[in-house]
Amino acid sequence: MDTTQSIIDAKGFERTITRLSHEILERNKGAETLGIVGIRTRGDYLARRIAQAILEGEQVAVPFGTLDITLYRDDLRGRLSQPMLKTTDILYDITGKNIILVDDVLFTGRTIRSALNALMDLGRPASIQLAVFVDRGHRELPIKADFVGKNIPTSNDQEIRVLMAETDHEDAVLLITHQQEGDAQ
Amino acid sequence: MSNAILLQQGRLIDPSNGTDRVVDILIENGIIRTIGSRVEPQEGCEVLACEGKVIAPGFVDMHVHLREPGYEHKETIATGTLAAAYGGFTAVCCMPNTNPAIDDESIVQFVQSQGKKSNHGIVDVFPVGAVTKGRDGKLMAPISELVQAGAVGLSDDGAPVHDAGIMRRAMEYASMYDVPIIQHCEDVPLAKGGVMNEGETATRLGLPGIPNVAEEVMLARDVMLAEFTRARYHAAHVSTAGSVALMREAKRKKIGVTCEVTPHHFTLTDKEVSSYDTNTKMNPPLRTQADVDAIKEGLRDGTIDVIATDHAPHSLDEKDVDYIQAPFGIVGLETAIGLAVTELVETGVLTLTQLVEKFSTNPRKIIGKAIVVAEGQVANLTVFDPSAQWTVDCAEFHSKSKNSPFNGARLKGKSVAIFNHGRIFINEHYSG
Amino acid sequence: MKLASRHLLGLDGVSHDDIELILDTAVTFKEILNRPIKKVPPLQGKTIVNLFFENSTRTRISFELAQRRLSADVVNFAASGSSVTKGETLKDTARNIEAMKIDMVVIRHASAGAAHFLTKVVKANVINAGDGCHEHPTQGLLDMYTLREKFGSLKGLRVCIVGDILNSRVARSNIFGLQTMGAEVSVCGPSTLMPLEIERLGVKVFHHLDDVLPQVDAVNVLRIQMERSAAGLFPSLREYHRFFGVTSERLNKVNRPIAVLHPGPINRDVELSADVADGPHSLILEQVLNGVAVRMAVLYLLGLSE
Repeated sequence: MDTTQSIIDAKGFERTITRLSHEILERNKGAETLGIVGIRTRGDYLARRIAQAILEGEQVAVPFGTLDITLYRDDLRGRLSQPMLKTTDILYDITGKNIILVDDVLFTGRTIRSALNALMDLGRPASIQLAVFVDRGHRELPIKADFVGKNIPTSNDQEIRVLMAETDHEDAVLLITHQQEGDAQ
Repeated sequence: MSNAILLQQGRLIDPSNGTDRVVDILIENGIIRTIGSRVEPQEGCEVLACEGKVIAPGFVDMHVHLREPGYEHKETIATGTLAAAYGGFTAVCCMPNTNPAIDDESIVQFVQSQGKKSNHGIVDVFPVGAVTKGRDGKLMAPISELVQAGAVGLSDDGAPVHDAGIMRRAMEYASMYDVPIIQHCEDVPLAKGGVMNEGETATRLGLPGIPNVAEEVMLARDVMLAEFTRARYHAAHVSTAGSVALMREAKRKKIGVTCEVTPHHFTLTDKEVSSYDTNTKMNPPLRTQADVDAIKEGLRDGTIDVIATDHAPHSLDEKDVDYIQAPFGIVGLETAIGLAVTELVETGVLTLTQLVEKFSTNPRKIIGKAIVVAEGQVANLTVFDPSAQWTVDCAEFHSKSKNSPFNGARLKGKSVAIFNHGRIFINEHYSG
Repeated sequence: MKLASRHLLGLDGVSHDDIELILDTAVTFKEILNRPIKKVPPLQGKTIVNLFFENSTRTRISFELAQRRLSADVVNFAASGSSVTKGETLKDTARNIEAMKIDMVVIRHASAGAAHFLTKVVKANVINAGDGCHEHPTQGLLDMYTLREKFGSLKGLRVCIVGDILNSRVARSNIFGLQTMGAEVSVCGPSTLMPLEIERLGVKVFHHLDDVLPQVDAVNVLRIQMERSAAGLFPSLREYHRFFGVTSERLNKVNRPIAVLHPGPINRDVELSADVADGPHSLILEQVLNGVAVRMAVLYLLGLSE
C-alpha cells in the first residue's frame, strides 16, 4: 500500500507563488531585465503563474516562454519509445536578459542540465537563475536552485507530485511513499 | 550384385499405350522382363515397394541450362544431371547458351560425352543446338551437322531469333530433319530494359516492365511462319493468356506447333516480386493471376503440351545484387514434380495420366525420344509418390546453385527413384 | 512514440499514424530551423553515411544539413558513373560501411529496390533517398508537410501530379502517402509517360491539363528529363511545354488559386513557366525549407530506435 501525504494545499500553493515572485523581484531589483522560461509541462504552468504574480504586483509584463528539453535529454537513446516532441515557444530574444528558468521539482539535476544546454542554443542570456517549486534532494549533478518554494527531504522510495489546476483540477503538493510488499507485513 | 529388381504394386501409367493399372514389374539387367498383377520375387531379387506410387516412362525436362562449357561456377553437367536424377528425370535437353555456344558438332559431342561420364550416365543429356552461329541471330548454324551429331532441337534460347527472314530460312532448313525449332518468344525492343511483368505491381514497385505483348507478338509471327514453312515449331515457356490463346488457335488450324510451360509460371504471380527477391526474376517474368489461370486451362485442354523447368542456375553472388542488376532465371529440376502435383493434380487441373503426358510422353515425342513401358523394353522409368508431403530446403539441392523462390514451400509429390541404362537411382531424401 | 519500421524505404504501406508522427515531429524541427542556433544534440555520437550512387546535390545537401543540425557525424560517399553502379559494388560498399560501425545509411541509387537490398546486407537503419523509379519517401513527406501547412489538413485535399509519372519516384511516394492521409490524387501527363495500370493505384488519369485543373487544390509538377524525348516517349520539349506545361495562362482559367509544388530542379518554361515558379501560389521554396525539417524528423525518429 502507498501512503499519500499532503504537504502543500491550494492556499499554501498560492502563498508560495507570491513569495517566489517577491524573491525574484528583490534579487533582480525589479522586473525590467527579466525573462521567464518554463520547462514543459508543469514548469510551464508555474512560470505563467509567476509572470502573472509579477504583473499584478509590479504592473510589468515579463516576457514568457516554454522550453521543450526532449532533444537534450541524456536518456533519449535505448528507450523503446521516444517521448513525443513538443515545440519550444520562446518568442523573445533571450540574449542579454536575466532568465528565470522554472521547473516544478528539482531532483537529480539532469533535467536542468538539459534545459541549460537548450537555453544556451537559443541565445546568450546575461544570467540564468533557477526557480523550483520543490527541492527534494538527491542531486546527481552540481546544480543548485536560486529560488525554492519548499525543501522536502525525501527518501528513494518516495515521490513528489506537484498538482496544478491547469491539468490536475487542483493545486497541491503530495508526498507519496511507496511501500515494499515485505515492509507491509 | 543382383541384376534383378522387382517393383511391387506400383500404379503403372503409360499414356502412350493407355496403361493405367497396379502391377508388379520385374527388371533384369536393365530390361523389363515381366509386367503382371503379381510377380513372385526370385531369390536374390531386390524388391522396391511401390504401393501408392506411380511408375511412369522416364520423365524428360526439355528445357534446362547445364552451363557447361563456360559457366561451371553456376552448374556443371555432372551437378545438373544429379539434380535431374533427384528431381525424377531420366533425361534433360540442355540449351545452347554456353560458352562457346552449342553451335558446332564438337560442342554437341563434348556435352554428350560429359553427360555419359556423369553419374554413370543415368540421366540422358540431349543437347539442343543453336539456330544461328554464336546465337547472334545472323548466320545459320550448321544445322545438318548439329542434328547428325545428336542435337534433338534447335534454339537460340535467351536470344530470340529476331529477323523473320532468318527464322523463315532456319525453319525451312530444319524441316529437312525431324527436329523442332524451339523459340524463346520475346520481341526485344518491346521488352527492352524490363525486369518483371509490366502492370500494376511493376508500376507500384517502379521496376521496368516486360509487357505480355512482347511475347505474343513474336509467337504470333512464328506461328504464321510455321504455317508457311510447315516446319516443326516449339514455343518455350509460354507465360501469358494471350500466348495460350494463340497456341490454341494454331492447333485448331493444325499448324505443327507445340509449347511448354514452367512450374513457376503456373504457380506464382508477379505479386511475388514485391519483396524485391531476385529469385522472383526470370524471363519470361511471372505474370498475373489471369495468366496463371489461362495457363492451367491450357494445360487441362491440351493446348500446352509440356511442363519443362527452364532450370537456370546462377551462383549466390550473381543473384545477391539489387533486382535490376540480377540475372534472370531460377533452378527448377528438384521442385518440378512437387509443384506440378501440388498445383495441378491436387487442384484437379490434370489427372496423373495427363501429368505423365506433360513430363514424358509429349516432350519425348517432340524431341524424337519416345519410349514405351513394355516387356522386353529397356527400363527407362520414373517412380514418384504423388502423396508424399515435403518442405523445400534449397540448401539440400544437388544443383550447384540454390536460386529458387520456393525455399520453405510445402509441397505434395516427390520423386522416389529413376531407372535408366540398367541402373537404378534412389532418392534418399524420399521417406515414404 | 515510435515508427513501425526501423527503415524508411518508401511510403507504400506506411501507416497513417506513422506519417502523422513524422509530420508532427517535423513541426518541432522547423521551429528549430528558425532559431539563431539551428542545432540540437539528439544524434550526438551517431554516424551517418550518405551513399549517393546518383548525383543529387540538392537532396544530399538537405540530408546533410538535417544530419548536422541533429549533431550527427556525417560521411559522404558519392559514387557516380557506370562502373560503380553495378550491384556487386553496392553490396561490397555496404559491407565495408558495416565494418566501419556506421549507424545509419541514406542511399540514393539508380535501381528500384536498392534500398530494400541494402537492408538485407547491413544492420544499420536505411533511409531511401530515391531508388530508381520506385520511391523517394522524404520528398513525398516534405510535399505532404508543405501541403498540410498550407491547407491545414490533407484529408479530402485534391492534388494532381503532372508530368513523367512512369519514371518518377516522387510521383509514387506522393501517391502512396497522400492517399494514406485521405487526399484525392490524380495524375496528368502524356500517355507514353503513364505506367501501365496506374489507375489500379487508385488515381484518376488525365491527359489534358485543362480537364484536371478545375478539379484540384494543388498541382505537383514533375521535372521532365531531357533524355525521355530522345528515347521517343514524346516528340519534343517544345510540344511538351505547349500541351503539358503548367503556365499562368492555364492556371488563370480556373477562378481560384491553385498551389504549385515542384521537387526541383526546375526546367523553367518546359514543365513550369517561370512566372508560375516565382508566383504567389508557388510553394517551391517552402518545400526546400520543409525538406530539412522533415528529414530531421525522419532521422530523429529512426536514429533513436534501437
